[in-house]
Amino acid sequence: MASTIVIDPVTRIEGHAKISIYLNDAGEVDDARFHVVEYRGFEKFCEGRPFTEMAGITARICGICPVSHLLAAAKTGDKILAVKVPVAAEKLRRLMNLGQITQSHALSFFHLSSPDFLLGWDSDPAQRNVFGLIAADPDLARAGIRLRQFGQTVIEKLGARKIHAAWTVPGGVRSPLSEEGRTWIRDRLPESLATTRQALDIFKQFLDRFGAEADVFGTFPTLFMGLVSANGEWEHYDGHLRFTDSEGNIVADNLSEDNYQDFLGEAVESWSYLKFPYYKPLGYPDGIYRVGPLARLNICDRIGTEGADRELQELRDRAGGVPTGSFLYHYARLIEILTCLEKIQQLMDDPDIVSPRVRAEAGINELEGIGVSEAPRGTLFHHYNVDENGLIEKVNLIIATGQNNLAMNKTVTQIAKHYVRGAEIQEGMLNRVEAGIRCFDPCLSCSTHAAGQMPLHVEIVDAAGQVLNEVYRD
Amino acid sequence: MSVVTLKINDQELATETGKTILEAAQDAGIRIPTLCHLDGITDVGACRLCLIELKGGRKLLPACVTEVAEGMEVETHTEKLQDYRRMIVELLFSEGNHVCAICVANENCELQDVAVEVGMDHTRFRYRFPDRHIDLSHPQFGIDHNRCILCTRCVRVCDEIEGAHVWDVAQRGAAEYIVSGLSQPWGEVDACTACGKCVDACPTGSIFRKGTTTAEKVGDRDKLQFLVTARQERQWTR
Repeated sequence: MASTIVIDPVTRIEGHAKISIYLNDAGEVDDARFHVVEYRGFEKFCEGRPFTEMAGITARICGICPVSHLLAAAKTGDKILAVKVPVAAEKLRRLMNLGQITQSHALSFFHLSSPDFLLGWDSDPAQRNVFGLIAADPDLARAGIRLRQFGQTVIEKLGARKIHAAWTVPGGVRSPLSEEGRTWIRDRLPESLATTRQALDIFKQFLDRFGAEADVFGTFPTLFMGLVSANGEWEHYDGHLRFTDSEGNIVADNLSEDNYQDFLGEAVESWSYLKFPYYKPLGYPDGIYRVGPLARLNICDRIGTEGADRELQELRDRAGGVPTGSFLYHYARLIEILTCLEKIQQLMDDPDIVSPRVRAEAGINELEGIGVSEAPRGTLFHHYNVDENGLIEKVNLIIATGQNNLAMNKTVTQIAKHYVRGAEIQEGMLNRVEAGIRCFDPCLSCSTHAAGQMPLHVEIVDAAGQVLNEVYRD
Repeated sequence: MSVVTLKINDQELATETGKTILEAAQDAGIRIPTLCHLDGITDVGACRLCLIELKGGRKLLPACVTEVAEGMEVETHTEKLQDYRRMIVELLFSEGNHVCAICVANENCELQDVAVEVGMDHTRFRYRFPDRHIDLSHPQFGIDHNRCILCTRCVRVCDEIEGAHVWDVAQRGAAEYIVSGLSQPWGEVDACTACGKCVDACPTGSIFRKGTTTAEKVGDRDKLQFLVTARQERQWTR
């Protein structure tokens, strides 16, 4: 009899979601869906507000990566002012984004995902969390927490607070880095680099042992999209958009965010509040593409810093070409932390970061602006239309997690087909399905459930809607 | 100069005839919360936060517009008064659209300060979420009616200190709002000298300099009293 398994809520991700697994009459997995069950409404209630408030408002979308929205909103504001921000402001914005990517990736790896690798998917769920990690390996857990603290403190040293620092503004930033801040960052860099290298070693050892199992975590061909610099290097703040395929071929290059509607479509499904962006030339859903750490590493020619480029080469060597397994997002995240730390190191020697000339002022010179930046989870677009006084008339936000929506659904289906047989629910299986989602580190809202284990509710429902079996995990 | 004697919170005071209870209390270092009061302009008793109790009287009186009298016995912080003050602030929050987290005046807002002072940690009244507009037609300044508490400081400072009388009050009750000129967009009001005194006078983030982002507004409220004193005493340094 056809039935449905529902995993609700999905745990150790940022936000609220549930997973439905549909079984056919033979009890085999037919399809699986990743539902995002929250509605936020930002695009609507921002209408009528001054565009200068957008950085402050949209940063509140998320407590994990508010900086991403601060940057995208400020860059969109730059376009409306029609100004080029001072050189120092661009470097300072970059510095904050590097701190942001570091802290967010550290959170994803150490707090949310590493309990799966280090304690095992089949370990006691009560222990399979950051507290279990602290008990099992206190030194590693402490180092991971301090690495995240480093990234957060970079943000605080610039914006005076770790979360929702309304420091980036249309035209630049509010203030430069203080000498005290620069000294603090310099002093903590060696420890942060050492922790990242340790995490990379641990993850590679895990891959050596469990690589075959990891292969079922969303390994399939898709396009990859993200920003690259003018010379094809890894980029996180500016540059142009590039699409590549799973063979490493460049599908489209030198794309501007200003024309995103020409190549990105946004499909809607009735069963999720999260939209389904796709690459327009291939249509929906064939235009599936992935964004985020793995995509950024796949689209760039090189990273541009020594240690990170060495790690990128090893990743490509291990994959025998373009790494397409979604499980490798974890690996890519660690390489990106190394990238960020090496780039922060370069910025520390740059005299511009303490320059007081950080903000350009202008009136309303354009009535439409589109800004883009690379959030930890992928490319983020802000698109505003304003009236002649700068009041918002229309907003469109394309969030990184949304762009991975098709890939997340495909990953869940692939894992479910591999591990689910009939209506019997095994704890390890459930966590593998969740872990498949966790590869993408989806950020579904401002809320986070970083610590502990939320209750898990699984339902098996037949085609007539009758509940056949239920399991609760407290 | 004739002098009257009175008691405020059992403290015996002597003060000049013609002073208000608020002024007498301030002279004696007794803090009474206010929002519509601003040094340098006339008082109107609009916000009712400075209500006090008078021994022998049944009515609560606003300290900012009640003159001292011989033998008065004033209480400024009875339980009843504190309850009323908290309720007034709760009503102000539920009446407008005050979103502190993204407001230009966050952490530099008298409404926020007063909420802390009266111990308001939530409002027991339903938010009205009124549909109000923002006027950014002025080249330098903007007014967000969502954040307006109708203290009318802007009206008085523009009329009494700048002498331009750009601002006024339209409608009544819940429909009441501040208008510029003859209910024109602010940018079209010829009388406005773009002096910015209303920005400094505004206790919240309602009137602000354009381009100001979250928590960036810093109002120089003492400047208004300084201007009044400077003109009267011909002292032009602060």
